[in-house]
Amino acid sequence: MNALLGLLRKEWYHILRDRRTLFVIVFYPIVQVMLFGASVRTDVRNVRLAIVDPTPDATTLELRNRFAATGVFRIVSVTPTDAPLDHLFQTDTAQVAVAFQPRFGERLSRGEAAQVLVFSDATEPNSGTSRQIYVRSVLQAYQEELGLRAGALRIVPRVRSRFNPTRVSANLFVPGLMAIILTIIAALMTALSLTREKETGTMEVLLVSPLRPWQIIVGKISPYLVIGFLSVLSVYGVARIVFHVPMQGSLALLIVEGMLFILVSLSLGILVSARTSSQRVATLAAMMATMLPTQMLSGLVFPIESMPRALQWVSLIVPARWFIVIVRGIMLKGVGLSYVWQETMILAAMALVLLVASTQSFKVRLQ
Amino acid sequence: MSDATIRATQLTRRFGSFVAVDGITFEVRSGEVFGFLGANGAGKTTVIRMLTGLLLPTAGQATVAGHDVYRESEAIKRDIGYMSQRFSLYDDLSALENIRLYGGIYDIERTELRHRTDTMLERLGLTRVQNDSVGSLPLGWKQKLALSVALLHRPRIVFLDEPTSGVDPITRRQFWELIYEASHAGTTVLVTTHYMDEAEYCDRISIMVAGRIAAIGTPAELKQSAGVESIDELFVQLARPASDHAAAGQR
Repeated sequence: MNALLGLLRKEWYHILRDRRTLFVIVFYPIVQVMLFGASVRTDVRNVRLAIVDPTPDATTLELRNRFAATGVFRIVSVTPTDAPLDHLFQTDTAQVAVAFQPRFGERLSRGEAAQVLVFSDATEPNSGTSRQIYVRSVLQAYQEELGLRAGALRIVPRVRSRFNPTRVSANLFVPGLMAIILTIIAALMTALSLTREKETGTMEVLLVSPLRPWQIIVGKISPYLVIGFLSVLSVYGVARIVFHVPMQGSLALLIVEGMLFILVSLSLGILVSARTSSQRVATLAAMMATMLPTQMLSGLVFPIESMPRALQWVSLIVPARWFIVIVRGIMLKGVGLSYVWQETMILAAMALVLLVASTQSFKVRLQ
Repeated sequence: MSDATIRATQLTRRFGSFVAVDGITFEVRSGEVFGFLGANGAGKTTVIRMLTGLLLPTAGQATVAGHDVYRESEAIKRDIGYMSQRFSLYDDLSALENIRLYGGIYDIERTELRHRTDTMLERLGLTRVQNDSVGSLPLGWKQKLALSVALLHRPRIVFLDEPTSGVDPITRRQFWELIYEASHAGTTVLVTTHYMDEAEYCDRISIMVAGRIAAIGTPAELKQSAGVESIDELFVQLARPASDHAAAGQR
């Protein structure tokens, strides 16, 4: 017991005295959330709209006003022909264009089909589609009003996006970011701190001492559990205060799940460092084993459903995949443990397997 | 000899096709200062690693403090102290914190640890800098501290792997005083070195050349039987034919 306490104290000294690393650990989560949350957006805003209106009349003016009034669109040009459109798109001046048929209002009032052509820059297909949807929803709303005034019956779909009604992308990304940040702090830091001891030679002395492998591993893991706990809180704080990400569920549950996920990442870090001998190799290995899968295969950036089948299988063993489901569930949907217990069990099983594996592969002897 | 605390018989270690230690047989008696001499790469460190349980032998037998190196390495660990070739304390911890850490690892009772710590710092003249980080101390002080820490739990046997390399002659002399003190207190000392003058301080020495023990005995015996003036001369005589092999063994 004495030995373990001594080891824990020593690890704390290492962490607290390595000012630069400490700085990174403390500020990295905050900076990362701010950057990611602010820059990665899929929600549509400030869409540059070009209008082609050969014969302006009351109806087209009304529609133009409606586009402007949504707050989503900014009208960048109004022209009588579609000739300048190519140029506008090429120079990125416009992202969407709406072209009214000549004598648009007149046709409409006579009950004839009045056509609107919608162009959109589909260089980025997802954003292109989102912008089109916004354009159509404005047109549709207007048409429904006209129809209602005329007393005609029709099916009127009302669409609501649940859990993220305003489709704010921060709500989607910030919870996922928690996974990335915790992974990096946990896996990388433990991997580094273990291999550092191998490099400096102090590991030999620990191995020659009566310490058991599990004591060395617990000594390495525990301080970072505490740090991970603080990271969960700081990411949560930034998410709430800066990005106003809603918190529908229980903070206590979120923290417990966070700690479980950290434990998985820590064990992964130990496993990596048990099998490498230099800090450089450990850094690379930890990055490969955690960062890439976490960013690419966790469903954080790319939806798992649209991945090739093989990658979907691979994603099953990425801890972050399950953690992200849990965090989004708790924060956005407000679900409790009874809804995320399966994901929780998977994470717990992963933690167990990795811990056992790292204890096993942690060699008491040099090779 | 029944009072041997280290006994190796045909101890061998291969790394792939390279034979680092080639069937060596020797004994270290209780309470003696046993010098392990040899050029770099002669296999000294490999022998120490096998005896401390860091490395499994490829073949042969060895017991340390009566425990078998294959099956009882955990028991061995409680009876030995070890100072590695590389600096074995934590640079970012103070002398006091390093001592406390190892005191905890070896489960030394609290008041006893405080007593030993005070005595040690006083003896080393480090009381004034006990709270400075060890990394900021001169190398000689660090090495003396590392030795004292390796002896903190009063092991039956202490393994010192080139403890004096890179240390100035005056500090080396002080270092050897510490070794003698431990020896008088009943600790068996196995020390490796490539400073031949240090061999004269040992009760018995063995000279390793290319993984084998080329000579073993008291310094006086060895010099007499080889008809040389100093261990240095003897060593050059023994090591020259094998210098190619030793060069190949450098890591």
